Amino acid sequence: MNLTLKVWRQLDRTQKGKMVTYHVTDVSPDMSFLEMLDVLNEKLILEGDDPVAFDHDCREGICGSCGLMIDGIAHGPEQATVCQLHMRSFKDGDVIDIEPWRSGGFPVVKDLVVDRSALDRIISAGGFISAPTGTAPDAHAVPVPKKDSDAAFDAATCIGCGACVAACPNGSAMLFTAAKVSHLGLLPQGQPERDMRVLRMVAQQDAEDFGGCSNIGECSAVCPKGISMETISRLNHDLLGALRAGAVPTS
Amino acid sequence: MPLDLFTVGEPIADTKAPRDVPIDKRWDERKFRAKLVNPANRRRLSIIVVGTGLAGGSAAATLAEMGYRVQNFWFQDSPRRAHSVAAQGGINAAKNYRNDGDSVHRLFYDTVKGGDFRSREDNVYRLAEVSTNIIDQCVAQGVPFAREYGGLLDNRSFGGAQVSRTFYARGQTGQQLLYGAYQALERQIGLGNVEQHPRTEMLDLIVVDGRARGIVVRDLITGAISSHFADAVVLASGGYSNVFYLSTNAKGSNVTAAWRAHKRGALFANPCYTQIHPTCIPVSGDYQSKLTLMSESLRNDGRVWVPKERGDERDPRQIPEDERDYFLERKYPAFGNLVPRDIASRQAKNVCDEGRGVGPSGLGVYLDFTDAIQRMGRKTIEAKYGNLFDMYNRITGEDAYETGMRIYPAVHYTMGGLWVDYDLESTIPGLFVIGEANFSDHGANRLGASALMQGLADGYFVLPNTISNYLAAGPFPKVDATHPAAVEAEQGVRAQTERLLSINGTRTVASFHRELGKLMWDLCGMERSEESLRKALDRIPEIRHEFWTNVKVSGEQGRFNQNLEHAGRVADFIELAELMCVDALHRNESCGGHFRAESQTPEGEALRDDENYAYVAAWEYTPNGTPPVLHREALEYEYVHLAQRSYK
Repeated sequence: MNLTLKVWRQLDRTQKGKMVTYHVTDVSPDMSFLEMLDVLNEKLILEGDDPVAFDHDCREGICGSCGLMIDGIAHGPEQATVCQLHMRSFKDGDVIDIEPWRSGGFPVVKDLVVDRSALDRIISAGGFISAPTGTAPDAHAVPVPKKDSDAAFDAATCIGCGACVAACPNGSAMLFTAAKVSHLGLLPQGQPERDMRVLRMVAQQDAEDFGGCSNIGECSAVCPKGISMETISRLNHDLLGALRAGAVPTS
Repeated sequence: MPLDLFTVGEPIADTKAPRDVPIDKRWDERKFRAKLVNPANRRRLSIIVVGTGLAGGSAAATLAEMGYRVQNFWFQDSPRRAHSVAAQGGINAAKNYRNDGDSVHRLFYDTVKGGDFRSREDNVYRLAEVSTNIIDQCVAQGVPFAREYGGLLDNRSFGGAQVSRTFYARGQTGQQLLYGAYQALERQIGLGNVEQHPRTEMLDLIVVDGRARGIVVRDLITGAISSHFADAVVLASGGYSNVFYLSTNAKGSNVTAAWRAHKRGALFANPCYTQIHPTCIPVSGDYQSKLTLMSESLRNDGRVWVPKERGDERDPRQIPEDERDYFLERKYPAFGNLVPRDIASRQAKNVCDEGRGVGPSGLGVYLDFTDAIQRMGRKTIEAKYGNLFDMYNRITGEDAYETGMRIYPAVHYTMGGLWVDYDLESTIPGLFVIGEANFSDHGANRLGASALMQGLADGYFVLPNTISNYLAAGPFPKVDATHPAAVEAEQGVRAQTERLLSINGTRTVASFHRELGKLMWDLCGMERSEESLRKALDRIPEIRHEFWTNVKVSGEQGRFNQNLEHAGRVADFIELAELMCVDALHRNESCGGHFRAESQTPEGEALRDDENYAYVAAWEYTPNGTPPVLHREALEYEYVHLAQRSYK
C-alpha cells in the first residue's frame, strides 16, 4: 500500500519544529510501523536528507523505548507499543500524523525523540525497596499471598514508556507513579518504606513539569501494558494514609 | 590449519581460582585470600561501569552500596531499557524447593554438560553456588516472581534439565529482575553514590601504564566526545548477536565497547560460540528488522512437529496424528521437547532442509498446544503464557490457541566474549568484564534460564568481591584528559567519526549490516564447514573495504545522529565477523552451538574432539590486518566426567 506521512521534524530542543510530509510506497501489511519508518529513513539517507530520529530498541514491546503519537493517539490505534503495531492496521491511501510525546515533562531531543529522564527521577526519589546486596533472608522466609503477588505483578509490568503522560490532557505522570507505588506497596517487603515512598515519589512528580491527575483515564486507555486506574486509587489511599499518620517528606 | 589465518602464542591460564582446595570450597577460599578495601577507603576509589543490564545494573548498584564511587554509562535513555529487559523465561537456582533431587552440584553438572564440556569448572560451580542468593536478593527487592496459592514461589522446568529449578515472573522474568536492579541503581543515584551518563556510548578504552584507567565516550545528544577516568573499568555491554543483523537482540545491542577493549589488548574468547534459539517467529519479509523470541518455556507444554510428508500444505488442524512427526519426542524420548537449544534448533533446521518445513517460506515448524489445552484448559495456558500468545498474535495476525505457533531458530545469545579469569578480570589489568560480554560460564551452549542467573551472579555477588582485591592496590596515580594515552584515544575516536561522515558513498549503513548478517547466517550460522567459512573469509574483507569507501552516513558529528551511531557499530561488527569465522574454522570439531558439518556422529549429533580442542580459544588482536594470535586455555575436568552428551 501507499501512504502519506506527516512527521514532526525538530532539530533540537532549542529550535522550533514543524510537520513535514513524506510519501512511502509498497508498504507491506506485515511490516511493523517502525519498519515502515526504517524504509522511509533509508530513502531519506540516500536522497541526502536527514533521517527521522525516533527512539526504539527491543522492538518486541518490552523495553519501553519507542513511543509516538499516531493520529493523535499515544502508540497508535492498537493498545500496544508502536513497535508491535503492524501496517495491517492501516489501509492504502491513509494519511498518518506522527508526532513525539507531547508534554512539558518530556522536552524534545530531536524529531520524535523526547527526554523522559523525569520518570527515572521519580523512581530515584523512592520507587524501590532498600535491600542492599547480601542482606536478604531466604526467599521463602516471607510467603506472599498469590492474590497480592499477582496484583503486584500486574502493576510491575509498567515499561516506563510515558504513553500515559502523553495521552493525559493534564500531562500527568500519575499512572506511572501509581504503578510503582502499587507494585511495591502490595508486597510485605515493601511495607517499611510504604509511607515515605508515596510521599517522596509524589513530591518528585510535582517537582517535574507534569500536571495533576483528575482521573480522566486516558492514561490507562493507551497503556500498552494495561495498567489499571485502580493503581491510582491505591496511590491516593496510601498518600492520604501517610499524611494522616503525620509523615512528612524528608526531601 | 594454515598459518596465514592466525598464529599461535603462549598458552593462557586462570591463576586466581584456588585449585589447592576442593571445588566446593574454592569460592569461599578465594574471597578469604583476596585483599580487601577498608570501608573508609572505598570513597577514594572510583569505578566506571559500562552498561545497565542485569550484570551492569546490579554491579553498579552493589559497588555503590559498598561505598565505591561509581560512574555508570549507557546508550539508551534510561537504565531500565537494557536488553536484559526482554528475557522471558526464567532464572535457574539450585534451591531444590521442589524436592526433586536438585543441588548445587546438579546445577553445576547440568550447566557443564549443557555447555558441551567447553566451560571452566571453577566458574560454573561458583555460579551454581551463588544462584540461591540471587533469588533471595531479588525477592527482598520486591521482584514479583510467580507464586502458588500457599504464597510460596513456583518453579518450572527448562531445556536441558530434569528438575524444576527455574523461577519465573510470567513471560517477563528479565523485565522484573532488571527493574529490581534498576531500582537499586536509581536508589544509589538518588543518594549521590552513582554518577549517571545516559545516552552516552563508550568508543574506546584508555590504558595507562598497563592498566585500564578510563574510557572515551560520545554524548549521543550533543555529539561531544570526552574522556572519563577511574581506578577500574567494568564492561557489562552485552553480547554480539547483532553481527547477524537479524537476531532476537534489541536493535541497539552491539559489540563496540567490547571490541574496542579487544583492540586495546583484551583477549576475545570463543567468538564462534553463538546460540541459535529454537523458538522464534519466522522471518516474514526483506524489510524485517529483528526477530522475536517465543520463550523456551513454551516447550514445556507445546509439542514440536512437522508433517511426515514433504510439501504437505494442509491446515495443521487437518493433518491427522499419524501423519505428524513429533521429531524431538521421537529422537530424544528422555528429554523430548525439552532438549537443549542447540539440539532443538538443529533438528528443526534438518526437517526444513528435508523439505518438511511449514509456513509460506518453508522455514518453520509447528509448536502445538492442542494437547496442553485439552489437558489443562485454555485458562491455565492463558495464565502461564498469555503474553506470549498475545505477542504472537500481534506480529503474525494468527491466533495460536487455535492454530498453534510456527517457529524457526534465530540467533539469540553469544557464549563467546572477552576472556576473563576467575576474578572476571580480562587480560588488561583493571578491566573487568561481566554478563554476556564475557566468555563466561556457558561453554559452547547456554542452557535456558542461565543468562539471567549469570548476569546477576556476576553483578551482585562475584565482581563486588573480586574487584576489591584489585582496588586494594589503589588509588592509582591520577590521570586526566591531557595524558598522552587519553589524547591518543580521543583523537582516534574523533578521526573515525570524521572519516565515517566524510565517505559520502552510495550505500546505507543498514544495507551493509544486512549483507554482513545474511553472510554470517548462511556461512557461519547453524552449520559451518571449511568451505562455507573460507567463502565467508574471502568475502568479509571485501565488505569491509566497500564499507570504508562507499558508505553513506548522514548528518553531522555534533548532533543527535542515530545513523552515525549505527555506522560505528557496523564497522566493528565487520571486524568481529572475520574473527568469528577464523575461530569457527580453526575449531575443527562440533560442540554445542558450534556445529561443523565435518564433525558429526552417524546420527547427525555434534561430535566433539576432546583430544585436540578441549580448550578455550582466546584471540589476541594484532594491528594492520596481520593475523590474530591464538592463546589456548586448557580445560581440565576434575569433577565432571567428559562424555558425549546424550539426551536420548
